[in-house]
Amino acid sequence: MTTAAIETQANYLNAGYGLKSWLLTKDHKRIAILYLILVTIFFSIGGIFAALIRVELLTPQGDLVSSETYNKLFTMHGIAMIFFFLIPAIPATLGNFVLPMMIGARDLAFPRINLLSWYLLVVGGGFALFAMLAGGVDTGWTFYTPYSTTYSNTWVIATALGIFVSGFSSILTGLNFIVTIHRMRAPGMTWFRMPLFVWAHYATSVIQVLGTPVVAVTIVLVFCERVFHIGIFDPALGGDPVLFQHMFWFYSHPAVYIMVLPAMGVVSEIISTFSRKPIFGYHFVAYSSMAIAVLGFLVWGHHLFVSTQSVYAGLVFSFLSYFVAVPSAVKVFNWTATLYKGSISFATPMLYAFGFIGLFTIGGLTGLFVASLGFDVHVTDTYFVVAHFHYVMVGGTIMAFLGGLHFWWPKITGRMYPENWAKLSAAIIFVGFNLTFFPQFILGYLGMPRRYHVYPEEFQVLHVLSTAGASILAFGYLFPMIYFMWSLWYGERAPANPWGATGLEWTVPSPPPIHNFDEVPVVTHEAYDYSTVVKEGVEVV
Amino acid sequence: MKLPLFPESASTFAPDVDHLLFYLVGVSVFFTVLIFVSIVYFAVRYRRRSDNELPKPIHASLALEIAWSVIPFGLTIVMFGWGANIFFRESRPPKNAMQVYVVAKQWMWKLQHMEGQREINELHIPVGRPVKLVMTSEDAIHSFFVPAFRTKQDVVPGRYSTTWFTATKPGKYHLFCAEYCGTKHSGMTGWIYAMEPQDYQAWLSGGRAFGSLAENGEKLFQDLACGNCHKADGSGRCPSLVGLFGRSVQLADGRFVSADEAYLRESILRPDAKIVAGYQPLMPTFQGQVSEEGVLELIEYIKSLAPPAAVAGTTPAEINVNPDRVTSSPSNP
Repeated sequence: MTTAAIETQANYLNAGYGLKSWLLTKDHKRIAILYLILVTIFFSIGGIFAALIRVELLTPQGDLVSSETYNKLFTMHGIAMIFFFLIPAIPATLGNFVLPMMIGARDLAFPRINLLSWYLLVVGGGFALFAMLAGGVDTGWTFYTPYSTTYSNTWVIATALGIFVSGFSSILTGLNFIVTIHRMRAPGMTWFRMPLFVWAHYATSVIQVLGTPVVAVTIVLVFCERVFHIGIFDPALGGDPVLFQHMFWFYSHPAVYIMVLPAMGVVSEIISTFSRKPIFGYHFVAYSSMAIAVLGFLVWGHHLFVSTQSVYAGLVFSFLSYFVAVPSAVKVFNWTATLYKGSISFATPMLYAFGFIGLFTIGGLTGLFVASLGFDVHVTDTYFVVAHFHYVMVGGTIMAFLGGLHFWWPKITGRMYPENWAKLSAAIIFVGFNLTFFPQFILGYLGMPRRYHVYPEEFQVLHVLSTAGASILAFGYLFPMIYFMWSLWYGERAPANPWGATGLEWTVPSPPPIHNFDEVPVVTHEAYDYSTVVKEGVEVV
Repeated sequence: MKLPLFPESASTFAPDVDHLLFYLVGVSVFFTVLIFVSIVYFAVRYRRRSDNELPKPIHASLALEIAWSVIPFGLTIVMFGWGANIFFRESRPPKNAMQVYVVAKQWMWKLQHMEGQREINELHIPVGRPVKLVMTSEDAIHSFFVPAFRTKQDVVPGRYSTTWFTATKPGKYHLFCAEYCGTKHSGMTGWIYAMEPQDYQAWLSGGRAFGSLAENGEKLFQDLACGNCHKADGSGRCPSLVGLFGRSVQLADGRFVSADEAYLRESILRPDAKIVAGYQPLMPTFQGQVSEEGVLELIEYIKSLAPPAAVAGTTPAEINVNPDRVTSSPSNP
């Protein structure tokens, strides 16, 4: 058989075995794996905090941990998950690995900068981890002033420094992607022949490059205020505490799209591959990514409806927020239409893509609820908002991340994962997720405020349901960690193109050779042309 | 075991917000079901039957793209207009509203009635009468949230924010701090007691009053010797405060500002921020010497200083409600 041949073939994994060959690598594929390990560590840390939060909330009394500890738990859960998992997860792992291959390039434009980005995330994560171990931070991941600048006695500066440094990692990755996409496309790979995954990452990169510096500036100001008391945010010194919220959300709302746009890119690839059809309305889906990236910068004030922001500003921000709904809806409708008269396979990545569409639809639609001024006054800072953004970030981004990881796992490792275990896990995650977060919509409308350690007892039943769901969800996340590891040694060898997919990354062996392509590929077809893959295909009617 | 699934509805805003909820849920359920049914139907109907199937590519349909952009956008514009309408009414307290001052601090609510009653983590109000809260914080940002009324407003240090509601049903309702404010954030809760008007009157007269806010303000005004400079007839070194409240004041730099609560507060705590035209910046700051409650009492006293022309029987000028909830921004002439 060809097994022996594959084994002896030179690829990026057997190119070197020492620690140095990994830590000093300039290969985008190896750097992607370094990122995968790093974000998995932070996902696990954030997950442990989440588990402790859910167990504490089983009872209305604060009986497992003290209020101080509880506040640190939800803060560190948010920080670990958002800055060190969700933001880098898809772009820095899957994007790093497949984006250059998708456009026929041998690497990113700046391989050394790519490695530097990883080290910046390590250093930033190190600061955050140090703060967590040294005693933690209790400001909420949002760092609202003047609490964070004047009243909190925890490790605010170390944590903020970690986020500051990791921000540069994000900026450099974005910059690298933008230059790569502009300059390194293979002959014939025109803009509108690029896979939608690449479009999504282009849009994401624009946000990373333009938005992240603002959060860096904001962090510097928090630092100055906390250490030198210069009076930017402290009203006693003539400062404005709400100014912080404007600056913070100017980055942090677009950051939501940093998390979800790459997920949408993954879903486009999966839906097309497993229905063997080009994405319906390719141009609309591509443009909608760019539209989301631009509009995302114009809606930050919808986080401030009750903050004492002017009523007229509230009206404008609410109105603009509804414009984001259009490109998001366009994507969902086009994915659904892609299935029409397709050849649909129920492989694990496709199950995750279906899960993504379902959960993102609910997350997106409840976004319309909270964008409505009179409605948001009631539900802002309640569990309704908590449920809404978990539907978008966990239901959206993590479902897509796992879908993408299963989809490209054969390419990345050269091994197949166990399909039945994977399907079972996908089902468990879908059920566990909904049981965890759906009750929180009801809790929120009932008036249960977020970040409450102790709560009135009439909310207990819904909290117990949510904790039960979280326990199921935890198993759903543990299984893939185990079987992915298992597959590295015992998984079936993967062929070059196990799914019959069309991207250039599937034209090279799995795992890919060191320089991806021995010859520069010449692209003669549009994206998702399955007649190039399925030879002697049977027409479906 | 209690399992409420829908919150109590006890203010004039509550039914409005609930109706908006029903619209939002209706639209969402429609689209969720539409997407879900389509996916399941297509996935089953067009499932892969053989490995070398090659479906015919279908690229796009401009008509469909326009339809599924425009129709949802139309539905969302209704969401915008409906929500904006409720919000706009929430931001404009009626002129006859009964005013209560709220001072928030880590981790308690201090509430003061005009008649002098003080409450902690409790607020008694009559049913059927608009109640306007003028709120400030002594430390971090807090948020005054009454789920049964569907109202919430952040309480920010250094400025006054306002909210209002009219209770419709007697009862005891949760008051929550909704903006995370530190260790005992979840302990910063209380109760709103909505009472029949006669019960409220009985409560008012039964409670031990500490003198009305304006009376206490007058005492404080004398203790701090404010009258040495702020002479009533305008002959002092500083401007007369009689009839000041609600008037437009010309500043030394030529601007005009409206003398509202935020202006008075700032002038007491940071007197050199806005100098009245024709006067010298002589006044020392009272930051640190007067508590937030003290400032509120002084403001109420200044409000009570009606211009000599005003005859008894006319109420002192009500604060000109700025639709911007931020009352600290200077308004132009």
